[in-house]
Amino acid sequence: MTVAMSFLAAIGRYVLGTLAAIGRIGLFAARTISHLARPPFYWREFGHALVQIGWLSLPVVGMTAVFTGGALALQIYAGGARFNAETVVPSIVAIGLTRELGPVLGGLMVAARVASSIAAEIGTMKVTEQIDALTTLSTNPMKYLTLPRVLAATLAVPLLVAVGDSLGIMGGFLVGVGRLDFGAATYLHNTIDFLEQWDVISGMIKGAAFGFIVALMGCYYGMNSSRGAQGVGSATKAAVVAASVLILASNYLLTELFFSA
Amino acid sequence: MIELTDVHKAFGNNHVLRGVNLTVESGTSMVIIGGSGTGKSVALKSILGLVTPDSGKITLDGKDVTTGDRDAFLARFGMLFQGGALFDSLPVWQNVAFRLLRGSLARPREEAREVAIEKLRRVGLKPDVADKFPAELSGGMQKRVGLARAIAAEPEIIFFDEPTTGLDPIMAGVINDLIREIVVEMGATAMTITHDMTSVRAIADNIAMLHDGVIKWTGPVADMDNSGDPYLDQFIHGRAEGPIEAVR
Repeated sequence: MTVAMSFLAAIGRYVLGTLAAIGRIGLFAARTISHLARPPFYWREFGHALVQIGWLSLPVVGMTAVFTGGALALQIYAGGARFNAETVVPSIVAIGLTRELGPVLGGLMVAARVASSIAAEIGTMKVTEQIDALTTLSTNPMKYLTLPRVLAATLAVPLLVAVGDSLGIMGGFLVGVGRLDFGAATYLHNTIDFLEQWDVISGMIKGAAFGFIVALMGCYYGMNSSRGAQGVGSATKAAVVAASVLILASNYLLTELFFSA
Repeated sequence: MIELTDVHKAFGNNHVLRGVNLTVESGTSMVIIGGSGTGKSVALKSILGLVTPDSGKITLDGKDVTTGDRDAFLARFGMLFQGGALFDSLPVWQNVAFRLLRGSLARPREEAREVAIEKLRRVGLKPDVADKFPAELSGGMQKRVGLARAIAAEPEIIFFDEPTTGLDPIMAGVINDLIREIVVEMGATAMTITHDMTSVRAIADNIAMLHDGVIKWTGPVADMDNSGDPYLDQFIHGRAEGPIEAVR
């Protein structure tokens, strides 16, 4: 009986802890958004974050997309051959990339690169009292550190997704034409004919949501980092894990919202 | 005048402040001494609002520090942090002029840079330091840059958190002299926390001994050696035996 009660109590503690964490993150997000409507806005920090999050993530997101597009073409061709449906390769590559793989893999790569870097940077600032210093210099850390990063990621990741979509389709095209004997014109024709505007736009909306999640998790865990190098390390790990899980969970919810019958 | 009345603060089961009462007169230099972990930094941060006390009252010139315009309140303060707390991503001059580049005290960039270089000179650093990044400086230089940043906007009240910790005796002496000069020159109110008794004697007009979350003794630095307080006596003479347990 005691063992059973202890087990239940442990589950209860875990559930309560998780709900409390969700509540804290929700409040953090609300506070971040509320600063949008209250000046000042730090344009220089915003510009710097745009470069760091958007421009400098381009190589990793681009390479991920190219290789994913190529692998996807090979897989769809192999699977389609079982049903004599090899001709669907261009359209499925395009739809699969724009709706799902482009935003999700792009989001995960940005989570790995950006959530970790933001959490480590802000966490180090926290443990070296730089956040306290900001406050004593009449600068709100939420306005100066969090809002520019969250806004920059929300705007930059959809663009990264769009670029990634194009590069992914190009990867599929190169494999399709080079390895699977598609004609270049036919491949492009099939891609364009079957791709709808909403496929691309829905992926970019997902990208905006994922960008928001990535930067928010980086900032939240950085700001709540505990003392010392171990605290910063834990914050960095937690930021990447939380961002990745939330990206996958929110991807399912958004897909339900956009595409369920 | 800064006044703390019955200030309490606990972190979980750790009751750091257990009813601190302290008055710091305007234009004077108060040094708070006490062992590690006795709540000196928490007391200082409570005044600035970086830590929220559980109970008690803190006033500045008779007004509750938790009410009123926070920006205007913070604009009256400068603070030198223990580790400098310089912003790694900004060059030295932008660290020093941080307050002058944004917010209510903002001024043109060139003018802010000139002020920063002047403040760097004031703390004994050459203009060529201005364009370096904090990571390129020694610990002593970082401390001096932190000091320059604390005085850049010429605040009425300056807090110094362990200003000489980690410095060699000569550099510690330089920093002590600088702090004393700056406080006298600017007519500022200063609050310093330190373990360094040489600093205490160099900087303080008054001292307060914090132990077990309360102020055990407070008075002019001249009375420190004849206080008759066993806690203060043990601390200033660095004795292992006495009412303060050596192992905490």
